[in-house]
Amino acid sequence: MMTFDDPFEALFAIQRALDSRRASDWMGSSTTGVGSFPPINIFQRGDDFVAMVELPGVDKNDLEIEAKENTIRISGRKTIRYDEGASVHRRERVWGGFDRTIQVPIQIDPDCVTAEFQDGMLALFIPRAESDKPRTINIK
Amino acid sequence: MASQQELQVQQKREVEKKKETTVSWRTYLPVTDIFETDQALNVVLEMPGVGKDAVDVSVEDDVLTIDGRIDYSKYEGLQPVYTEYNVGHYARSFQLSSKIEQGNIHAELKDGVMTLVLPKVEKAKPRKIKIN
Repeated sequence: MMTFDDPFEALFAIQRALDSRRASDWMGSSTTGVGSFPPINIFQRGDDFVAMVELPGVDKNDLEIEAKENTIRISGRKTIRYDEGASVHRRERVWGGFDRTIQVPIQIDPDCVTAEFQDGMLALFIPRAESDKPRTINIK
Repeated sequence: MASQQELQVQQKREVEKKKETTVSWRTYLPVTDIFETDQALNVVLEMPGVGKDAVDVSVEDDVLTIDGRIDYSKYEGLQPVYTEYNVGHYARSFQLSSKIEQGNIHAELKDGVMTLVLPKVEKAKPRKIKIN
């Protein structure tokens, strides 16, 4: 369990947790493998899930998100503009179109998926479908 | 056309520190483009998750330093189940070759991309030489 009492420890704790999950098989082989753009982290919060996607420099209007059954598709285009007549010293940023579909191994309610885009980070809030939530069985 | 290239995820590179920090968290190098026009040096850095109030830019002894801090409180209460990248603050420094008008550096942050325009001092700008 991550705690955030100490602000210095907090970031370290996230990094450690993210590293230890590198070999996670949560998605199984159901999604496009690691290395596809954009990179995605998926977190659990209670019953629900949050996907954090790094999309720096992508305009909100160039981003499209679709949800269907238990798949979520993120597609769009990233464009970079250089000033005319500029001499380029260093070029590390990449641009182009992208299209990635993730298939989550849970039942979701596609109508309830919400998205926030801020500072080049896309956060997708993925609620687990009511029918998928565990139920306590009463013993008569 | 180059814009049809397939986008690949770039692995984040860690900053190689000259000094060690007391806490062993990791800081990453923002992916950067640098281009020069007659008037200015333009530096564009990708720092997803960094907000306007969390960036420091300074020029000292011809070294440009950019520090960006992510808001990791957003990760509070989240348990990672599947991960492809790590998160951390960003930092990068560049040795400047042109003389920069330090008081006139213009910075803009949009969608996690920081654009710095560093105007050159008058004597560093190219001059057309007239041939008589």
